[in-house]
Amino acid sequence: MATTAIGSPSAPDTAANNKTRPRTGGEWIVLILTIIGALVIFFPFLLLLLNAFKSPADYANSSPLDFPTSFSVEGIQTFWVEQNFPRALWNSVFISTMVALIAVVISVLNAFAIGIGRVKGRTWLVLVFLMANLVPQEMLFDPLFNLYDEIGLLSNPWSVIITFVVIQSAFGTYLLSSLYGTFPKEILEAAALDGASRWRTLRSVIVPVSRPTINVLMVFFFIWTWNEFLLPLAFLNTSDSLTVPLLLEQLNGERQTDTTTLIAGTLISIIPTIIFFLIFQRTLTRGITAGAVK
Amino acid sequence: MTTTPTRKRAGKSPHDMARIPQRGGSTLGYWLYFIPGAILVGVVIFWPIVRNFRLSFFHWRGGRAEESFAGLDNWIALFQDEEFIRSFGNIILVVVAMVIIPTLLGLIVAAALFDVVGRRFGGKISSFLRATYYLPQILPIAVAGVMFSWILKPNSDGVLNQFLSFITGSDVTVNWLGGSYGTAMGSVMVLMIWIQLGYPVVIFMAALQRVDPELYEAAELDGAHWYQRFQAITLPMIRPEVFVVALTTTIAALKVFAPVFILTAGGPNKSTYVPSFYAYNEFINGTDKGYAAAIASAITIVVFVVAVIFIRVQNRAERKDA
Repeated sequence: MATTAIGSPSAPDTAANNKTRPRTGGEWIVLILTIIGALVIFFPFLLLLLNAFKSPADYANSSPLDFPTSFSVEGIQTFWVEQNFPRALWNSVFISTMVALIAVVISVLNAFAIGIGRVKGRTWLVLVFLMANLVPQEMLFDPLFNLYDEIGLLSNPWSVIITFVVIQSAFGTYLLSSLYGTFPKEILEAAALDGASRWRTLRSVIVPVSRPTINVLMVFFFIWTWNEFLLPLAFLNTSDSLTVPLLLEQLNGERQTDTTTLIAGTLISIIPTIIFFLIFQRTLTRGITAGAVK
Repeated sequence: MTTTPTRKRAGKSPHDMARIPQRGGSTLGYWLYFIPGAILVGVVIFWPIVRNFRLSFFHWRGGRAEESFAGLDNWIALFQDEEFIRSFGNIILVVVAMVIIPTLLGLIVAAALFDVVGRRFGGKISSFLRATYYLPQILPIAVAGVMFSWILKPNSDGVLNQFLSFITGSDVTVNWLGGSYGTAMGSVMVLMIWIQLGYPVVIFMAALQRVDPELYEAAELDGAHWYQRFQAITLPMIRPEVFVVALTTTIAALKVFAPVFILTAGGPNKSTYVPSFYAYNEFINGTDKGYAAAIASAITIVVFVVAVIFIRVQNRAERKDA
């Protein structure tokens, strides 16, 4: 390793000094390597940006690595208008928001009984709910397809909402149960002394106190649902009901699709995710960590 | 070297645990709160599981057709089905691309970002780089797949082919996704690595913050190399996170669907089938939903077994620690 600046002549180097010592060549190499790695990761996005604003003729006559000769929004316009992107965007927003809200309510109710109520067999109950997260979606899709077909929910956003409320609340139940299991006893006693019922305690004490975790869960439920593919693909079959990933996938499958439309569509489909990422970056980072080590 | 326990263990006696003080002490009332959750999980998860398991012992064309009892037919056929066996073989490569490479690479990137970039060049650069590595994680896999299939287009249309032609000076026209099993599976694996890498990077970097910097400084004073410190301090300290990453990504690998569906659709010649895609395809295009149900049931069993093994191993490791 090149980063062994330890045995240098100035041996009586204290830890405090250590922080101000000059950067070594090895450290610069590490920095450059991590930057190169990040560029590799970012490269596909760069390609999208370079090509999304080319006109079809410009795209056909140039290399994908060239800058566009003129700024064209033709591809974006086609995707926006002809493929009805706003409709898909609304479907995705509606489905993901509903799932985030309802799944959090279900998670809180389950976790209240498990973590605060400490009902008998709670370890098993957590496992039962976790099954929803573990089971492969192809195991669910045919029976649920037939079920939703019978009750007329196919191509209706609620088929996807109901399904993912269950799948997402599995993780929520797990996380909140372990949080509520260590809920400060004093607070609960104070609530009981004031004569609050269980329901009242849950609503006015436990939920407000666990608000930060609940917010993290909502952000995650939203983005997980937004990104889902297999079950929405199975349940949403009319062009009016498609979500953003489904719309793009369908466009990709059509032979006559113009490449610039596809590239522009991909770029537009990414933008909501990026905006979401920028807004919730802190919450996301906090959440990934909270999920990893409870 | 003694390592301090990595996590606070919940060493509380039942008396200290949360519980709203009861009159009479019954927990019966709490069961009411399960009603919505239990109904939903019953209908959406358990009913389909039971139904598919039952169906795996029948032949059924679907729709209004009659089911006919098949006994173990479907299950026996499963073990002689080359496509099924091949699809599980591919899972090994998927595990390499979704678990092994991202975890190892993630360890290196996280350590480099945290130890070197973060400490010596500033936290701003390291969190910016971390965000870049994480970006593919939040993209819908379908969108990432469409982007890659554009880059990997065959002939001279493809971005990658044009790029390679530009570098080599000769005309490169590789049919990456449809040409051969090697390039198709390789492409799927590259997409998976690209998507997965950010997850271990973020988790491991957060884990590294937990490690006491004085441990490092002591080791540094003792003349330990960067690599020696990594091995003796970092790795043991963040083992719980390595475990969590391995568990969650292995299960995700067993269930993988969208990258294969979008990039190769199982081709060329069904060579890139993964179990999930095979089951989906049989349910939609097959003639016997009983057989499709058997495939799906087999995957479900494998997922559960793997999860149980992982958790057992973890529990044993924790007990050894304690």
